[in-house]
Amino acid sequence: MTADERRSAPPTGGVAAPRTHLVVATGRWLWRWWPAVLGHALFVLAWHLVVVLGEVPSFIMPTPLETIATLADPTYQWPGHIAITAGEVFGGYLMALAFGVVFAMAFTWSRGFERGAMPVLVTLNMVPKVAMAPLFIVWLGYGLFPNMVIAFTISFFPILLTTLRGLREVEPDLLDLVRALKGSRWQIFVKIQLPGALPYLFSGMKVASVLAVAGAIVGEFMGSSGGLGYLMQSRQGFLDTAGMFMAVILVSIIGVLLYGLVLLLEKLLVVSDARIE
Amino acid sequence: MTASEAPAPGTGAATMIRMRGVKKIYRTRGEEFLAVQDVTMDIEEGELVTLVGPSGCGKSTVLKILAGLQPHDEGEVTIGSPGAPFNQGRDIGMVFQQPLLLKWRKILDNTLLPAEILGLPMRAAREHARDLLNMVGLSGFEDKYPYELSGGMQQRAAIARAFVHDPRIVLMDEPFGALDALTRERMNLELRRIWAESRKTILFVTHGIQEAVFLGTRVAVLTSGPARMADTFTVDLPYPRELDIQNEARFGAYTHRIYQLLGL
Repeated sequence: MTADERRSAPPTGGVAAPRTHLVVATGRWLWRWWPAVLGHALFVLAWHLVVVLGEVPSFIMPTPLETIATLADPTYQWPGHIAITAGEVFGGYLMALAFGVVFAMAFTWSRGFERGAMPVLVTLNMVPKVAMAPLFIVWLGYGLFPNMVIAFTISFFPILLTTLRGLREVEPDLLDLVRALKGSRWQIFVKIQLPGALPYLFSGMKVASVLAVAGAIVGEFMGSSGGLGYLMQSRQGFLDTAGMFMAVILVSIIGVLLYGLVLLLEKLLVVSDARIE
Repeated sequence: MTASEAPAPGTGAATMIRMRGVKKIYRTRGEEFLAVQDVTMDIEEGELVTLVGPSGCGKSTVLKILAGLQPHDEGEVTIGSPGAPFNQGRDIGMVFQQPLLLKWRKILDNTLLPAEILGLPMRAAREHARDLLNMVGLSGFEDKYPYELSGGMQQRAAIARAFVHDPRIVLMDEPFGALDALTRERMNLELRRIWAESRKTILFVTHGIQEAVFLGTRVAVLTSGPARMADTFTVDLPYPRELDIQNEARFGAYTHRIYQLLGL
């Protein structure tokens, strides 16, 4: 059967087919993920048992239920703090993505620019970003933006490095093939280098997603008037461990969402064979 | 068209490639390396000439000069004729040892790469690409990704890609060198058929002596370091050729001749 025939062939099983497919897919999903769900559930159960059986005071460690209960307390103002932290993480991350990719592209286009700028970036990367946080506050003031910048500085470099490597990873013979056709540098870039660099870009983006969350939270610890990191610090004084626990969980969820988004994009854009695990 | 209708070599067809005393020196950091010294040969339109010699004897350099990827230092290279001028970008197709397919493109889209780069009308190119994939035995695999194909099938796709813009010359640089022995034999048979069907001028570089004699209408022997033409001769064996022919005395006479030239 040729590909044409296969495309035009009527779907077997008529209308019922898609629903069957969905059931099968859900079943397969459950089969794949139930150990992970079970693992998490057991972890939470263990947490609960340790606190209850060990008679751990709640200011040292709250039970899972006490932790969750803080969500219902309006004095925490969760939505506002979540929005601030998420804004810092995603904003800083997008900045890192944009600057990382643009610099990587510029470096592949101009060796001279790379020779001048790359060592400077490497030196700057050696500066501990956490140490810069107080300076960012001096320069940029309190609030969302300086923390976004910290998230950016900490997650920028892995994206730059992996993208650069991906853009460079071109078979010399493949370049010859295009050059023999009198293909332009732009065509090589768009048709070969850029799509070829995508798997590398995604591996950098995964590393960067974890770093961006850490950067934003560190920034909030240093000085801020809102966000989950700020909330943790302000609750520390009251020994409100349950609230602090909840804040940590929410920060982790922001990180997981970002990571999941990256995985989803990768699944959509990169052929499974080309992915870098 | 059957393979028996293939043009017999040396029957007055137009000269496609003419090389006279071609010399190539690579210069890196003040050091000179003489890669090719004095290559002289004519290739007629529709011939399948094999270029055989030991590794590193400058065979690939000859291909690069013809593909316009490397300038030569001395001598004369003429491709095409005043009646049918050669278009350096359009008229060259290339196949390398590795298939070099783009992982993120389906087979059909991989095949279309040269057409895209040359800016050819894509509708017609797509039709042509389907025909070519059929010719190389890959019909039904148009929408597969390269990783779903075996090494031999990937190389077939690479051959289809080299033909898609209808070049007049196809340069092949050890295209079956990375394949296992059985697949390689099969691909040799296939290439003979593809050549006969397409009537392209093919220059095929190899270090396989059997392969060179089996495939070529003519064999050019290069000796190593630097590349020097030791001999060129017409292979007077019937068409179509079966793999069995390799057991015949006249086939052995040709391979013996090459072994002697290469001092083996």
